Amino acid sequence: MSYLGVFLTFARNSLIRDMTFRANFIIELISSMSWMAMNLGFYTLVYRYTQNIAGWDKYEFFVFIATTMFVNSLVQAFFMPNAEELSEMVRTGGLDFALLKPIDTQFLVSLQRVNWSSLGNFLVALMLLAYAVPRIEGYQFSLAAAVLYPLYIVAGVLILYSVMITLAATSIWLGRNQSLYDFWFYITNFSRYPMEIYDGPFGKPLQWAFTFIIPILVVINVPAGIMAKPILADNPYGPWLAVFAVLATIAALAFSRWVFQKALGSYRSASS
Amino acid sequence: MVARVQTWWTIFRICVEERLVYRGDFALGTLMRFLPIVTQIFLWTAVFAGAGKGAIVGYSQNDIIAYYLLTTITRAFASMPGLASGFARQVREGEIKKFMIQPIDVIGFLLLARVAHKIIYYAVALGPFALVFWLCRGYFTAGWPEPTVLAAFFASLTMAFLLGFFLELTIGMISFWFLEVSSLLFVYMLFNFFCSGHMFPLEILPQPWQGIVEFLPLKYLAYYPAAIFLGKVPPDELVRGLMIQAGWVLFFVIACRTALNAGYHRYSGYGG
Repeated sequence: MSYLGVFLTFARNSLIRDMTFRANFIIELISSMSWMAMNLGFYTLVYRYTQNIAGWDKYEFFVFIATTMFVNSLVQAFFMPNAEELSEMVRTGGLDFALLKPIDTQFLVSLQRVNWSSLGNFLVALMLLAYAVPRIEGYQFSLAAAVLYPLYIVAGVLILYSVMITLAATSIWLGRNQSLYDFWFYITNFSRYPMEIYDGPFGKPLQWAFTFIIPILVVINVPAGIMAKPILADNPYGPWLAVFAVLATIAALAFSRWVFQKALGSYRSASS
Repeated sequence: MVARVQTWWTIFRICVEERLVYRGDFALGTLMRFLPIVTQIFLWTAVFAGAGKGAIVGYSQNDIIAYYLLTTITRAFASMPGLASGFARQVREGEIKKFMIQPIDVIGFLLLARVAHKIIYYAVALGPFALVFWLCRGYFTAGWPEPTVLAAFFASLTMAFLLGFFLELTIGMISFWFLEVSSLLFVYMLFNFFCSGHMFPLEILPQPWQGIVEFLPLKYLAYYPAAIFLGKVPPDELVRGLMIQAGWVLFFVIACRTALNAGYHRYSGYGG
């Protein structure tokens, strides 16, 4: 049985489970959408008082927000519930069963549950993108941008996944990592803004560190820059950042894989 | 009377001990809470640079950042994590029965527990808060406010705590009628985030929204104390504003008690 087949089974089972509690599913759908609507409302208000934020005008910024929604909805749908589950599995000893299965453990613990309701925001993001892109001043359609955009969204999702699984793997060492979610939220909070806002004597080093050491700033900025200002025209690092983003994705995946394997090596079964 | 005070004192001490179990996690969590402020500082710097104006709705760039810093204090007083959901869980699982049998008033018990938790929270959080405010003292261009304004600020903060407590507990009491209130709580949280001034100073809202928010109790949970500190409330309106806030506290004290009595009447003790 191929890994794809296994994943499709996971996805199907999760969908069946979600559909069993349909009202709950719809509530989750609406709540995650209203959260994003509020975020959009906030920026609409801010743009009443300014023409642009760090070189992003209103509709360009809406593209940025749509990109954030795409990436977040994918991460939340595929990886978030599993990363939370991992620290619980470590605490209860349930990880033993995952280790025994004849399948790659990282694959199993990363993808066994799909949170379908998070994909609601994916559709909202599509609508927002379709609304905002034609309204960007002087926008010219570029085939390269249209092809690269989804690819870089996937790259962004993979970088965030690497950060998440690295954090989750630390729960194997620490026994339990309750503030995992908080920490994740605060770290990714930096990625949700255009990188140009990190300016000045404190901002520049921050921008540099979150681009080249923990590459979370490229997650949204690269795809959004490709779409809104075709191929990163205004970016401080220019189109080269797109090349770097590919390398960063590979490095992040390799690093998180290494950390995960290391952590598994020191797993002491709690009880089972 | 003495016995009664002794009972309450014991409850208070137990709650303090309970809170101190996780003090390390706690201090770290407090410091991390300020990370979103860092991005807010950069964001608003970029907004003001883009607007090219010295002030937006009467707030200078420093004022806005000072405002966000102050809302972290008001939120520390007014936010009641887990209060409504915890109460709803007790109702659902039947744990609430113990308060019907024991000669302890459930609202008083919860209030005391909250006070204990908050006091410990401030004791631990004072260090991180003092550090951050000292580092950011440059944003408070007007320096310390007048003693009377400062007194009004602390009065408003104390009432923000009481208002937050009774408002959220009243919502929790709805669980006597609907067993599952988590989606309702989410809606409340969303509204609270947007309308309390946690996300931005309420002056930014256009009419008619600003007028509507003016009549809601939510603004006293985050916006109002911060606005007092920054001198945004004219001195002759200060007393009236504090009276309205006190009125809202009283309203929810009564609402909470009424809901509890009505709830006890229709409660039919499921679970053991």
